[in-house]
Amino acid sequence: MANSENARTSSAGFLKNLVRNQCFIPIAALLLLAVFNLIADPSFFRITLGYNSAGNPVLSGFIIDIINNGSELAILAIGMTLVTAASGGQDISVGAAIAIAGSVILRVLCGGNARPETLQAPIIVAFLVACVVAMLFGAFNGILVAYFKIQPMIATLILYTAGRSIAAWINNNELPVISDPKFAYFGGFIPGIPIPTPCFIAVACMIVIGIVLKMTNLRLYTQAVGINQSSSKLNGLNPELIKVLAFVILGLCVAVAGLIKVSRVSSINYSVIAKDIEMDAILAVALGGNALSGGKFNMTASIIGAFVIQCLTTTLYKFGVSSTALPAYKAVVVILLVVVSAPTVREYLNKITQKMKLSKEVA
Amino acid sequence: MAKTDKNNASAGKGLGAKLMGMTDTNLLLTITVIVFFLMYIGAVVFLRAGFLKPQTFFLLLNSNAALIILACGMSLVMITGGIDISVGGVTALVSMCCAVYLDYKGGNVFGAVLIALAIGLAFGAFQGFMVAYLDIQPFIVTLAGMFFAKGMTTVVNSSPFNVANEAFVALKTTRINVPGLGSVNKKGIYVPAYVEIGVLIAILVVIVMFALLRWTKMGRNFYAVGGNKQSALMLGINVKRTKFLSHLICGLLAGIGGFIYFLHVGSGSPSNAAGAEMDAIASSIIGGTMLTGGVGNVVGTFFGVLSLSTIQNIVSSIGFDEAWWTGITKAAMLCLFLVVQSVVMSVRKKRNATN
Amino acid sequence: MEGNVVLKMRNIHKIFPGVHALQGVDFTLRKGEIHALMGENGAGKSTLIKVLTGVYGKEDGEIFLDGTEGAVAIHSPQDAQNMGISTVYQEITLCPNLTVAENMFIARTKGAVQNWKKMNADTDRILESLQIPARASQQLGTCSLAVQQMIAIARAVDMECKVLILDEPTSSLDEQEVEKLFKLMRDLRAKGVGIIFVTHFLEQVYEVCDRITVMRDGKLVGEYEIEKLPRVQLVSKMLGKEVDDLSDIKSEVKTFDAGKDAVPVLEAEGLVSNAGIKPFDFHINKGEVNGFTGLLGSGRSECVRAIFGADRVTGGKVRMGGRDVKIAKPLDAMKNGIAYLPEDRKVDGIVGDLSVRDNIILAQQVLKGFFKPFSRAEANKVADEYIKLLNIKTASKDTPIKSLSGGNQQKVILARWLFTHPEYLILDEPTRGIDVGTKVDIQKLVLKLASEGMSVTFISSELDEMLRTCSRLIVMRDRKAVGELTGDDLNQGTVMSTIAGGDK
Repeated sequence: MANSENARTSSAGFLKNLVRNQCFIPIAALLLLAVFNLIADPSFFRITLGYNSAGNPVLSGFIIDIINNGSELAILAIGMTLVTAASGGQDISVGAAIAIAGSVILRVLCGGNARPETLQAPIIVAFLVACVVAMLFGAFNGILVAYFKIQPMIATLILYTAGRSIAAWINNNELPVISDPKFAYFGGFIPGIPIPTPCFIAVACMIVIGIVLKMTNLRLYTQAVGINQSSSKLNGLNPELIKVLAFVILGLCVAVAGLIKVSRVSSINYSVIAKDIEMDAILAVALGGNALSGGKFNMTASIIGAFVIQCLTTTLYKFGVSSTALPAYKAVVVILLVVVSAPTVREYLNKITQKMKLSKEVA
Repeated sequence: MAKTDKNNASAGKGLGAKLMGMTDTNLLLTITVIVFFLMYIGAVVFLRAGFLKPQTFFLLLNSNAALIILACGMSLVMITGGIDISVGGVTALVSMCCAVYLDYKGGNVFGAVLIALAIGLAFGAFQGFMVAYLDIQPFIVTLAGMFFAKGMTTVVNSSPFNVANEAFVALKTTRINVPGLGSVNKKGIYVPAYVEIGVLIAILVVIVMFALLRWTKMGRNFYAVGGNKQSALMLGINVKRTKFLSHLICGLLAGIGGFIYFLHVGSGSPSNAAGAEMDAIASSIIGGTMLTGGVGNVVGTFFGVLSLSTIQNIVSSIGFDEAWWTGITKAAMLCLFLVVQSVVMSVRKKRNATN
Repeated sequence: MEGNVVLKMRNIHKIFPGVHALQGVDFTLRKGEIHALMGENGAGKSTLIKVLTGVYGKEDGEIFLDGTEGAVAIHSPQDAQNMGISTVYQEITLCPNLTVAENMFIARTKGAVQNWKKMNADTDRILESLQIPARASQQLGTCSLAVQQMIAIARAVDMECKVLILDEPTSSLDEQEVEKLFKLMRDLRAKGVGIIFVTHFLEQVYEVCDRITVMRDGKLVGEYEIEKLPRVQLVSKMLGKEVDDLSDIKSEVKTFDAGKDAVPVLEAEGLVSNAGIKPFDFHINKGEVNGFTGLLGSGRSECVRAIFGADRVTGGKVRMGGRDVKIAKPLDAMKNGIAYLPEDRKVDGIVGDLSVRDNIILAQQVLKGFFKPFSRAEANKVADEYIKLLNIKTASKDTPIKSLSGGNQQKVILARWLFTHPEYLILDEPTRGIDVGTKVDIQKLVLKLASEGMSVTFISSELDEMLRTCSRLIVMRDRKAVGELTGDDLNQGTVMSTIAGGDK
């Protein structure tokens, strides 16, 4: 290639690199939604400071809603990305597992009494018990996948089917209500701080996973196992253990998300809590440009993907779409996104642009 | 080489060796059928209660006719190496559209059938195109399909209602008596055993799908593509068209299954067929279809559906009748079969490796 | 088309993202000839074949077939099949879940209905005539790899074809099967079929072929009659330079001397794994190069896998440097300074989507531990060092390893293990399916490492390669060690007769 041509294409090259970056699609989608909202109704971006019923200062507005409600999804996306990378499949039981984790928290806090006057155990104890339980269920999924070699989607189908039943069973199908306002902090606001607590929890999770990825070989190991299991085994890795580890980490994420979910309503509805959230979490991973067949992953892109999904949900709510019809609109958006990012479609578009270039050169 | 030959020849003796000589598909099918009959005979012998009456078995068929049809489509897609999780949503959409058409638009039953088929085919064709020709993962495509179908159901009509169309109700209550298998009730009156129309359709679907998969070139192509996509391409199979067809047929069956479901429940509701896709997948797996593709049989799927609901009947009739036991039983059953399959297949693999 | 030409490819161009894989290649095949297509890895042989069989589209160029007016358009393998081009690919391209008979006939016969009875009968007849030990109704996955490859060949041959393409079909076959294949090829030649034969084995080329086309770097080098192109010249044409590296190596003196001062590095006693080998004894000294030889499937790979702990070890003792050690999994072996380059590069070696850098540091990183990752700078330094040392041809150290040619991938894997600074290096078929240049590089490297004090076990299907590098050979037959050869016994004849077994 001639030098002059090089210089000419360098700006184009920068654009190309930008487009190739894995974060490009989720960020572009986010921007697209933002622009759409800006044109349709700029009040979307308004953030107001008000006071809630307890007299605490709180921020409100659609943006806050997105960040607030997207927290659980972002936390789940972290675990789901790792599971996807290591096992080449997805965990469809996270919604059911959140129900279990939430149910465990309430059970420990209530101590078997549906309407306790006071908490029967410290919140931290309840949360830790939920963590252990969720991680055990994660390990159960992981063992089925890693040691029994069952495809992840199918292995987790077991917990998906049984999870909400188990959650109901834990509390004997009662619906405990926690009256202690402290418990509501995790899903609501801490007095004096106008930013919703879930945001802090989500940011904390992101920082933790960032540090873990930086300080350990989690990334290299999960990627190696996801790309070529038998090769990584011969390099001294234990692929089974790493897969189980990924599922256990997802279990931890599930416990955190479960805490937020039950804290939001200070109670639980077994069949509704975190409904369809597994689909959103998987979509977040896919939107982040991560191959659902495993291997290389980009955590940042997944997390941005989670907020894109939440942004879409909030936008649709804002335009008066009923919550039951919401999935239809989401589906259209998802289809558009996957079609645009499909390799075959991209190749086809590339060919067309190349042909146009060629004909220009000839002219 | 000569040695392997001899091994194979001597392996002809003994039941264990015979099982090892089967193809994966037949082996898993055998396991499923045996487990179903053991379970049912066990129930008849130990629980007696309802299981002695033939009608108990036919009720099983009546309430699962739609699921059998859906699961057949699911098996086909899974054999081809894909998955279709939109079938439950399509069923809900079909029943809602048919209900609205019959009651609010004054339509006739024939038109409703056409609507059901059209919706099924449309979903199948669109999803098939996306999966086969745009090379997008079937999970994502059909996930979107499920979202779309469920969402559209509430857009069409958001509240559940029973259909009162006369011709439809007549069809719904049509009972086909099974000769010689009735029973005498407490008052001493002979009650004939019956099945609904849906059961006949379901059995027809199973037979047609079995024939398609067993005796046609197209059917074998599904297995080839599911077994190894790359090889199938090199062998000269049109892989894209095969994948497309698998989704198209699955969509068509979802349309038919949707109508049969509608015929059984007689109402349109957004909560119709909730979780049907998971039941269909579970039935296929219990029936010996592997999600990795290339292995499976619709006869197994048929028994898979029956096994799944028989075990639920058994569990509730021995006293575990709280709501949550249904989910836990299903999951335990699925877990058991997955583990058994996984163990059987890995034993076979080892055997082959040392051969 | 002139006279006896059956296939003509003119000015074929194929561009992959970033690579101009075929640059105006011409190829001509005549009726009743066996035509070798030769070239190093990455020369474009497989690409040319995949263009011909419709797996890849082409950017430019024309293909002419005997009996068709004008250029033909081949868009899919099915088109190729319909035009009378049948192919056996390097990787086995059959469906393991179907029966042998189905694999023989799928996508070949007309009509919509599958006639199992006729198909099974036809298949059994073909299997019998070719003496392939399989049954028509057997599931293909239960056959051995070699049998599967023979079935693939049987399928291709059974089709009424004008052109038969054999893309490295012999890599998983043993000698008798190769002989069977050659007989088939000669029969077909007599019937007027044009055969394209791709292989890395020079001996095989000179045994059956009539004509050779050589490719290099995506370009045509030339077409030659076999008698007019001696081996040395063929090699030099493939490499693109006048070298005589092969004789170079022979002249190198083997440095190892099995004297009294030999220090054993590893001793194994009655070692046995679950992969179906008989218990075997083994030892290797410091600075020694030895090897396992035997036919494919004789258990030579399984032996080294047992030493490395890659299969589950079920019995036996291992001593290293005089101490008893327990090797239950690869990590144990690595911690004891053993490195193992596996037989199947694609399946067991490379981690395809990861970069060259990550592939190089992987093993040492695992040794270092989960909580101590290499910094980016350290990893880059190491990668640069080994890319230079082993002369690995890659666009950058960030390139995914899967986009490198076979030989360069192998060098990366070698770099991975050298970076762990092993005491004892096991190389299982390091030269399979890679180009002559790299083969020679690797053999030289083995001798160099040994002279620096490393112990190496070398396994290869090519006997002369083993004879060139090893000072001691352990001979395997039927999954059992049957002999050990050193010194003057290390010649083609003795080794062959030991492999074959003396008690005939």
